[in-house]
Amino acid sequence: MELNISLAPDILFYIGSLPVTNTLIGSFVISVVIIAAMLLVKKRLKKDTPGKFQNLVEFLMSGSYDFVVSIIGSEKKAKKIFPLAFTLFIFILVANLATFIPGQAAVTFNREGESVAIFRAVMADYGMVFVMTMITVILVQIVAIAVHGPFGYMGKFFNFKSPLSFFLGLMDIVGELAKIVSLSFRLFGNIFAGEVLGSVMLFLAPFFVPLPFLFLGLLSAVVQAFVFAVLTVVFVKLASEIEEEELVEEASM
Amino acid sequence: MELEAAKMLGAGIAIGLGAIGPGIGEGIAASKALEAIGRNPEASGKIVPLMFVSMAIAESTAIYALVISLIILFG
Repeated sequence: MELNISLAPDILFYIGSLPVTNTLIGSFVISVVIIAAMLLVKKRLKKDTPGKFQNLVEFLMSGSYDFVVSIIGSEKKAKKIFPLAFTLFIFILVANLATFIPGQAAVTFNREGESVAIFRAVMADYGMVFVMTMITVILVQIVAIAVHGPFGYMGKFFNFKSPLSFFLGLMDIVGELAKIVSLSFRLFGNIFAGEVLGSVMLFLAPFFVPLPFLFLGLLSAVVQAFVFAVLTVVFVKLASEIEEEELVEEASM
Repeated sequence: MELEAAKMLGAGIAIGLGAIGPGIGEGIAASKALEAIGRNPEASGKIVPLMFVSMAIAESTAIYALVISLIILFG
């Protein structure tokens, strides 16, 4: 047996010139599963005696909504940001937990003589994580411009009052750019490192030894989904505050 | 030194050094959070999520080091 670890996802086949990777298939399958489950809940919505699954969904939704309200501080803002944050959370959570379904690594696809796994951890593909990070970062910029106005927002970065504040303004630009790197690498690094650790441990000792590492992976799968969604909410909250708090931005790096 | 050996060494040193700071920082965050819960157990519902978020932010530099070493090893 040979250890097979690659940073880039494996290409299964091409549609025209578009390469279809195993993470793309995985993300489509997960999206379909989530959408189907939600439609099912909506169809069988009962008011007096909710079933088990509806109970779970209601618990998750109302708990996270209360949490978002407690972070962002106002019901009006929470209603606007909650759909995005919860979608990110549930998508990352299901994608991370789906890697723990046993037997899926055995499903392979024969491409030019070599077998390629059809399912792979979706968040271990940097392209997917980068797209979600860009959604968050661009949203934060839009919110900040909408709240402060275009010139007020630029004035935060180019401040000519004193040399120190000019330098701090330039550092804020670096801080905004660092958000892209830190937010995306945090999720990608954790999930990819979990995958690598799991496969190395399976390679070294196949029985019982990988179990604690799997448990650690389960913990980080939930925590990273939570952290990504909460950081989205926190960034939007920081961008939507009227007070000119210059040092707050540095703390958010 | 051969290139392959130098790569392995570089990856090991990168993640090893990069994990020191976040290790200390997350330990401080967890100890302070536990202290706060010990003083006021009712507030644990508010403290624990905030602790996770701040630990994730403190973890950033370790994640940078991890990604660098992964790129060195498998990229």
